[in-house]
This record gives sequence, structure tokens and C-alpha cells, in this order.
Amino acid sequence: MMRQHTVNDIKKCSMVEQNGLAEIRWHGRGGQGVVTAGEIMAEAALDEGRYFQAFPEFGAERTGAPVRAYTRISDEPIDLHCPVSEPSVVVVLDPTLLPSIDVYHGLSNGGVVIINSPKSPSEIAPQQRLKNHLVATVDATSIAMNTLKRNIPNTAMLGGLLSVTPIVGKDTCLNVIVRRLSMRFPQHIVEANKTAFEQAFSSVQL
Amino acid sequence: MKPLPSDSTIEMKDAIGTVKSTAKSLSGGFAVAEAMRQTNPDVVACYPITPSTLVVEKFSELVANGEVDTEFVAVESEHSALSACLAATAAGVRSQTASSSQGLAYMWEVLYAVSGLRLPVVLHCANRALSAPINIHGDHTDTMGARDSGWIQLYAENPQEAYDNALAAVRIAEHPDVLLPVLGSQDGYTVTHSVERVDVLPDKEVKKFVGQYTPKSALLDIENPVTFGPLVSPKHAFELKLQGIEAMSRAEDVIDSIGEEFAFLTGRPLDSVELYRMEDAELVMVVIGSVAGTARVAIDRLRSDGTKAGLLKIRSYRPFPSTRICEVLGGKKAVAVLDRALSPGAPYSPLYTDICAALYSHGVILPLASFVHGIGGRDTYPKQIIEAFQRIEEKLKVGESMNQTEYLGIT
Repeated sequence: MMRQHTVNDIKKCSMVEQNGLAEIRWHGRGGQGVVTAGEIMAEAALDEGRYFQAFPEFGAERTGAPVRAYTRISDEPIDLHCPVSEPSVVVVLDPTLLPSIDVYHGLSNGGVVIINSPKSPSEIAPQQRLKNHLVATVDATSIAMNTLKRNIPNTAMLGGLLSVTPIVGKDTCLNVIVRRLSMRFPQHIVEANKTAFEQAFSSVQL
Repeated sequence: MKPLPSDSTIEMKDAIGTVKSTAKSLSGGFAVAEAMRQTNPDVVACYPITPSTLVVEKFSELVANGEVDTEFVAVESEHSALSACLAATAAGVRSQTASSSQGLAYMWEVLYAVSGLRLPVVLHCANRALSAPINIHGDHTDTMGARDSGWIQLYAENPQEAYDNALAAVRIAEHPDVLLPVLGSQDGYTVTHSVERVDVLPDKEVKKFVGQYTPKSALLDIENPVTFGPLVSPKHAFELKLQGIEAMSRAEDVIDSIGEEFAFLTGRPLDSVELYRMEDAELVMVVIGSVAGTARVAIDRLRSDGTKAGLLKIRSYRPFPSTRICEVLGGKKAVAVLDRALSPGAPYSPLYTDICAALYSHGVILPLASFVHGIGGRDTYPKQIIEAFQRIEEKLKVGESMNQTEYLGIT
């Protein structure tokens, strides 16, 4: 079932920012752009004059290995220098992690979960456990395969995330994506990422 | 919040500073590379090692793009990296390097040579555990091991401080009252790879702040020939080493005065120690490095529950600001020292030992508890710091001794 989210859904996720602080935990695999997604959010926060922190959890990275990253966005300078243990937002870039990693661990009450999946939230997420949360899915892999021709779902996931909870402005984020990618990639790849972001933004399932 | 123009940077006026900075999103490693770009040292010699790699890879990119005119020497080892810096600075130019862990360990004998020759080399260190077990993550075992090598040591809490220290280090090292090498360090990954907001000074202000390096004596100054590094007999060696001790002691005032000058520009104080909620604090924690911010969050929570907690952050570990530390710790009910290094067989870890010696020699006797955290990159959360405070509070209440080191976050 696909539908546009309602004002009530957005209200429900007002808990994403507690005392002006949003804490995001990203789950994905090496090569999916997990770290970059966190840094794009951070840079968007900078453009909006806010404070931020984006850092990955480093292990023995290699393509395909589970990767975790964290982003904090705040109205005030951020003092904490430890991983996010009680995220208000969890982003899952790879649904194959769900059976092996407890991605919902520590998720704060009223928090938001967004999963890269063609399935509906009720099909993929434990409803009882997440009854006080807003759960959304977006088929970021299909979108990435159609637009980028590669399974790099990070920009699509950003679109999906910001459609559910506008932690940073959509246009701010798109500007950062264009700015960052333009430094390294030709125009058509930048455009494909913008399209991926937009498609995901308008195809979130709740 | 109103979105600002979609430029990669935004202009902002600092509340106290006299100079407009530009806010950028930078990791600690890139923040140091940015400071190096603005400093434009004459020579940089490096052998990359994780997690200091970010500094080296970014800086070598700047060299390749012609954004600096530094002579970049890609050497075959850390021993050679610091040897190249030694030679360059002895020849009469400004030189810098970066390293971590085993890399710093491999520089060991050259560390002593650089400080003994009184060469103002700047070393950017990303703190990392020493093997074995092999571990790439942060702790202070590498730099604490170098604490007796005659280098000034500054520790940064976050990317902003890493940037600030990297600029101040140049001035401190080259100050005529000092002429000692400076090691500026930041916690591996926790700071080096954390992308945060860093307020960057305009290039021309940095250029003015660091100024030109004019060596007191230089090998390439052929009008005034000098000898560097001759054999020194027992008749003079002791006195020469004592000159290093005196310079280190003078560095205390120099660090503070350069810190004040820096604060005038930026609005960010760069004192040898930083205090948080200390005025009426009864229980105090002494920390060094990135855990300081986490400790401040813990202290706010303790305060809201009625515990009068405070924080003393050490920014300059060498020279150790003993007098200042004793002034602020005197009269407190109890002090907990949080080390991020081990010293097997020693009574305590390095920071505790220094605090203890400073207090005792100044006649300040109070209950002093030892905690060790974050070895091999173990994360420290506010909860653990709160528990440490609660334990000393409890021990004070029942009059229990605090002479056993406790280890935080052990599973």
C-alpha cells in the first residue's frame, strides 16, 4: 500500500528532535554510501546554520560488510563524543541486515525508522515493538538501479528520510548532493542522484 | 530555521572574536590539513598511518593541486619523516609532520633529537593504541609514552580544537622563549574522523597570526656558520638538558599568552586548562581529550540531580600546568582523574600520577580517585562518567579508600 503521509504522521514524529537535537543511526553495507549519507545530512545542517556531527563506526571495512554510522544535528554545539545509543531516527540502507542486526536497538520513543524495501512497513518491521514509532519503507534499491544503474541507495534513502521527517530542508539537502557529487562525478550522475532523491521523496510507504 | 544561501560555507560573526570566521564541515583530520594549508609550511614529510592518514592524504592533495608551495617529502618510514623535518628545520625552515601509534613509536629516537636540538617542528598526532593486540582505534598510550621526550603536548577535544591547536602550535614552538617541538594530538576516529562544524579563520588572518619563521640559527645561513648535534661531554650535557627544562617551564606562560591572542581573533579561549562548572563544584573530574564533552553532558545531568560536579580539562599536558591545577582543585571534596592510557607496573596511569605529584608538592591533599577509560577505542558514554562520580560520592560517604584504579566500560 502506498500513500502520501499525513499531517498526523508528521506530528507523530515530532519526537525526532528532543531539545533541538536529532540523533540518527545509519545501517548499511560497505559500498552503499552509508558514511556519505551521514556527511550529506551534516553539510545540509551546516547550510542551515546548525551544529552537527557525522561519524562512522570503524571496523575492518570492506565492500559488503555491515557498516554503521551516526549523525547528530542540533541547534546548539554538540559536546557528546560517543556513538548514538538512543537514536531518534534509524535508517536501514540494506534490508538483508534485518535478520542479523537489531537495528531498532535503543530507538527512542516516538522515533522514526525508514527501511530500504519494496515491502510495506507492516510486512517488514515488528509492529508490536514499534507501536510508538513511525515506520516507513522506500524501494531505494529499485530506484537506484533505475536511475544510477548501481545499488548505491544512499541518495534515495535521504529523499525518503526527509519526506518522512524534515530534519533538514529538502532543497538544502539536494543542493548539498549536487555540490558534493559535482566535485567527483559528471553531470549525468549528479542528475541521476537528484532523480533518485526526488523519486524516493514521493514514493515512501507508511 | 531559515535556510542560508546554498554555498558550502556560511559567514558568521563570532560573539567575542574580532575576525569573521567561515563555518565549514570538516573532520578533525581535514581540520588539521586546513590549518596546514593556511600555515603553508616550507617542508612536510610524512609516512601515512591510520588514523592520521586523513591529514596526510588531504595535505598531499593540496600540494598536488598547487594550493600550497610546501616541499612534500613522501618518505619510506616515520623515522625518516621526522628525520627529514629535523634536517629541514635545522637548515632554517618551518617543517611539520603527522603520525599515530606505531608511527610515533618509530619516530622515538628522533623525538629526543628534535627537542634536544631545540627545533620547533610541529607534529600532528592522531592518538591510537599501540600493538599488540593490533588495534587501529584511539587511546593515549602512544603520546603518553612520548611525554618525557621534551615535546610540548597539546590535546584537542574536537575538530575545532584540533584546528586551533594546529595554528597555535606553530607560534608556541617558534617563540624565542620556547624553541621546542610541539605535538598536537586528537583522539583517533572519535575526533579525526568525526565531521563537525569548524570555524575557519580567513587565510590572511592565519598568515598574520603564524607570521614568518625566522630561525635563531640555521645550517644554511652561511654567513653565520653553526654546528648542530655535536658530541657533548658530561661537562656540558646536563646543563644543555636543563635548558630544555627551563624552556618547557617558560612555555607555560607562552601557551597562555598565545591562547589569549588567539581568543582575541576567534573568541575561543585556548588556555592550558579549561574549567566547567568548577566554581561551586565539590566533586571534580580531570580529563584529557575528546571525553571532555561527554563529561560535560554527564556533569549537567548530575547537577540537575543535585550533585555539585565540575570538570577540569587538560589542554596542555606538557608543560603540565601544575600551579593552575592546584589553584582550582584546592578545597574540593574529591577529585577523579580519568586516564586514557595504561602504565603497567606503575602506581597509576600517567595523568593521575602527574595530578597526584602536582597536588602533593603544592600541599593540596585530598581524596584522589583513579579511573581508566577508552583503551583500544572503547567508547565512553555519559552513563559511565555519572557512575564514576557516584562511586566517589559513595566512597566519600562511607570513608572508603580510593586508592584502586577502576576501569570504565569493561564488560
